[in-house]
Amino acid sequence: MLRELFRFKGGVKLPANKTQSTGLPIAVAPLPSRLAVPLHQSIGGKPRPVVQAGDRVRKGQLIGEADGWISAAVHAPTSGAVAEVAMHVQPHPSGLDALCVVIEPDGRDEWIERTPVDYRTLTLEELRARLQQAGVVGLGGAVFPTHGKLTPAKTVPMDELVINGAECEPYITCDDLLMRERAEEVVRGAGIFRDLLQPKKVLIGIEDNKPEAAAAMRAAVDALGEPFSVVVVPTLYPAGGAKQLIRVLTGKEVPASKRSTDLGVQCFNVATAYTAWRAIAHGEPVVSRIVTVTGNVQAPRNYEVLLGTPMNELLGLANPHPDTGGIIMGGPMMGFLVPDPRAPVTKATNCLIAHDERLFPPKPPEMPCIRCGACAEACPHELQPFEMYWFARAKNFGKTQEYHIFDCIECGCCSFVCPSRIPLVQYFRFAKSEIWAREREKNAADGAKARFEFKQQREEREKAEKAEKLARAAAAQAAKKAAEAAAAAAAPDHAPDHAPDHAPDHAPASAAAAAAPPPVAVDAEKAAKMATIQAAIERAKAQREAARPKNTEALSADQQRAVAEIEQRRAVLEPVLTDAAAAAGESPGKAE
Amino acid sequence: MMLAPAPFLLKEVSVRRVMTQVCIALLPGIAAYTWLIGPAILVQLVIASLTALLAEAVMLKVRGKPLPLFLADGSALVTAWLIALVFPPLAPWWLVALGAVFAIVVAKHLYGGLGQNPFNPAMIAFAVCIVAFPALMSQWPSVGLQLATADQINVILGLAPRVDALSGATPLDALKTALKLGEGEVDVAQLLANQDIFGNFAGRGWEWVAAGYLLGGLWLWRRRIITWHVPVAFAAGLTAISGALWLYNPAHFASPLFHMFSGGAMLGAFFIATDPVSGCTTPRGKLIFGAGAGVIAYVIRVFGGYPDGVAFAILLMNLGAPLIDLLCQPPIFGMKDKA
Amino acid sequence: MEIVLAIAIMALGAVVLGAALGFASVKFKVEGNPLVEKIEGILPQTQCGQCGYPGCRPYAEAIAQGDEINKCPPGGMEGVQKLADLLGREVKALDAEEKPKQVAVIDENTCIGCTLCIQACPVDAIVGAAKQMHTIVAGLCTGCELCLPPCPVECIRMEAVGENLDNWKWKYPIVEIKATPPSARDAATAGSAGIKEAA
Repeated sequence: MLRELFRFKGGVKLPANKTQSTGLPIAVAPLPSRLAVPLHQSIGGKPRPVVQAGDRVRKGQLIGEADGWISAAVHAPTSGAVAEVAMHVQPHPSGLDALCVVIEPDGRDEWIERTPVDYRTLTLEELRARLQQAGVVGLGGAVFPTHGKLTPAKTVPMDELVINGAECEPYITCDDLLMRERAEEVVRGAGIFRDLLQPKKVLIGIEDNKPEAAAAMRAAVDALGEPFSVVVVPTLYPAGGAKQLIRVLTGKEVPASKRSTDLGVQCFNVATAYTAWRAIAHGEPVVSRIVTVTGNVQAPRNYEVLLGTPMNELLGLANPHPDTGGIIMGGPMMGFLVPDPRAPVTKATNCLIAHDERLFPPKPPEMPCIRCGACAEACPHELQPFEMYWFARAKNFGKTQEYHIFDCIECGCCSFVCPSRIPLVQYFRFAKSEIWAREREKNAADGAKARFEFKQQREEREKAEKAEKLARAAAAQAAKKAAEAAAAAAAPDHAPDHAPDHAPDHAPASAAAAAAPPPVAVDAEKAAKMATIQAAIERAKAQREAARPKNTEALSADQQRAVAEIEQRRAVLEPVLTDAAAAAGESPGKAE
Repeated sequence: MMLAPAPFLLKEVSVRRVMTQVCIALLPGIAAYTWLIGPAILVQLVIASLTALLAEAVMLKVRGKPLPLFLADGSALVTAWLIALVFPPLAPWWLVALGAVFAIVVAKHLYGGLGQNPFNPAMIAFAVCIVAFPALMSQWPSVGLQLATADQINVILGLAPRVDALSGATPLDALKTALKLGEGEVDVAQLLANQDIFGNFAGRGWEWVAAGYLLGGLWLWRRRIITWHVPVAFAAGLTAISGALWLYNPAHFASPLFHMFSGGAMLGAFFIATDPVSGCTTPRGKLIFGAGAGVIAYVIRVFGGYPDGVAFAILLMNLGAPLIDLLCQPPIFGMKDKA
Repeated sequence: MEIVLAIAIMALGAVVLGAALGFASVKFKVEGNPLVEKIEGILPQTQCGQCGYPGCRPYAEAIAQGDEINKCPPGGMEGVQKLADLLGREVKALDAEEKPKQVAVIDENTCIGCTLCIQACPVDAIVGAAKQMHTIVAGLCTGCELCLPPCPVECIRMEAVGENLDNWKWKYPIVEIKATPPSARDAATAGSAGIKEAA
């Protein structure tokens, strides 16, 4: 059907390099030797582990429960034993570690008791909760917990639901094959989203370099009788970006400062729709995803991979050529070189590209910016990348925000076209992470200041209260003494010669007496406290003594002789060892 | 392992390619120049290029930059060619060399090198030389005086005396002088009818040079090295003000066609005002920059002291370029209704 | 005559301007010293007292009075630079050594529940009560080290906050190239970006 398509400014035409991996259907990857499933695989709260080393788990069993609303659960990808819950290297540009549940598969791949349900019998809240518990997140790369995106805005009606099958980045074909082979389940998943959001239209956007996928999706939509529109969009990078696809299909432009639901539109990836359907209709939590393995390999294709599979093992299935220099996770425009190839496949891994200098020649050196403006023409968000570059380079972060640096989606179009070969996206990433770090520090500092001031206030208040209490106690004592003196004066046989002496002293004495008991009481308290502390110090000292080796004094004669022998030997070897150390620059202790 | 960042794909472009294409685009104009005015221009191009590259090499060395990378980027060459093209073709060799050295050393490297100059270096060189050596910079070859190549070279190298017959005037200069002398009683149209000086419509010989620049400029636009904004705005600005005054009093003011094809207007519109480093980069900013340069060039030509005002016009607009850019930031994706 | 007129006009001008200034100084008077607020905004709010003042606000006030700006180790050289930029003063090296960001950690085996550290902590980052286990909330600890001396059993130690996925930042993409021998030059290329020939 004819539909008006909009255009977005900027974007670049890239060589697709997709046909390499579309020749073969999706293959199920074999069980790897070990699975290291990261707990934190989505944006938002970190799931807490609910298993520990030694537990037996079945496929789909909950191993990490969601923490808060914006968080998604994590499940065991296969049956086996939990080897450990430990820090493991992550597929992140930093190469840092995070907590993972390491599972040793038992080969049986046994599922848990799956509970498929007809989602139409659930309330909307129950449906969202199910999706969260099944770990459904955005599989286009942003890994945002899907249930958090399934609430329409209160004041703005939902006009369009966009299903993103564009997949604009070169080399990646996982969505393409998913649509070709499992179109019906994608459409059914889209149906769940449609029922949760109640949009007026459902638009499925597919780039025109995927005619088979478009045909398959159209057939599925027709077969299921859904009123969805499968729209073919022109191939242009980055038409697959959520905001760009929304613009192309609906004409609406969503800036970074707004949510797309505020403009009445929401966008989900086709793989997300697929996993949502599997989670609800088949009771299968998210335990695997389709990954394209391509690049410098002999047999590029798409695999259905269990989460937690080490990337080097997955790459091995495609027979990488020996001169492969690394693994890129993601596409060539937005992906990154994985620092440690043992990192596990996560929900965000859509593609692994074997890096090679023929396919991706090393970059020429960076030249100064000549303000040619090619980057501004290429930017799909119509930003001024060279201005952001100048300010990010000068570390003038306020100005970078004035030039809307947080609207940058880091698509890489600007770096692609820059004649001076400036890695513009790196500067923007640097600026963004600096700004976030400063904000965190500022919040922490503000919090510390607030607590400090509160503490000052509290201490002053306590002081005031104590003084008041003392004053009242003193007054009470004075009153009591005065009453006693009055009673004593009234009764003449109560040491009358004392009465005249005491009377004048009474006022100050009573005050002193009143003052005396509280200090005495405090002293007693303090003395008791000091005594306990002293006892504790003794105990701690004793503990430390216990920890120290006791046998270094009062050695027996035999022991002393043995020690002397060893000392002799060491004296002989000492000069030899020090010479060797000087020559090799290594400490002699290293030789093992 | 060195962790190179994304993107791992890069377009086949480089600074050198851009500069090379600019030089290629200048060739039609240079060809017309050589054919119709004389081959002296070729000598000037060589002198300017050599001096500029030498100056660049020295400055790069002094600043501690890698020589092969920066010398080969072609930016010094473009500056040198522009200097050679705006200076009189029979100017003494040391004047051209001085201009080139000043442009590279002061106007470019002392401000920070490639990409950091706030003013167009070629125009700075022109401005400095015309103010310091006004007589020498006004000695243009008399049109029709076809000196032999050897003589031309001798004049440049200072080996032959600078004969008075040499100091003709450009069409613009001739017009200005005639208007001054005529004290308002001369008819511009009548003046311009003198084909010996003024050719068909803008100066005998010179109009073809301008046409050559136009051709080169259009090629640059097709190759997407420049955008349409600056040349169109420059032409529009120049045409608007010259057209308005010409319609008002055709006896006193020359036609827009004359103005557009004479002097440095065409060269300025396509090659000098489009310099990305010293000009504006936002689309609206480019329009304002180009129009402003065109208008100021005309004002200097007609009401000012110099026969051609393109150089000063461009320098004046360079002053305002950062502010214009700041005020003309286009609205970004998603914020257009707010703007 | 003219000179008298000239003097009169100048005097009139001076009177008018003086009156305007006086009016402005009364009408637009700002309470307090806003500079102190700005300085305090730059200080890291650790409240550790290493500068010699009991807290960051007193130090901010002292700086506004003219005290040195290089007394705050938790703010680091970056803080000194920011203060120098704000006040137009010279950047000096820090008085004390700059330590990386640290948080205090209580060894729970040794803690006796005496609450002395809770009283010492200026930002209430320690949770606990008498005879109950004390613990330091790492997210609230500013690393001021004021809890270490009062502890009678010395069960508190400082731990450097390392890089983790939550606080990891992209590095500045420019790697400065100094004149290094070829072998060291290869090592210098490691980083999160390519080499930039800084122009």
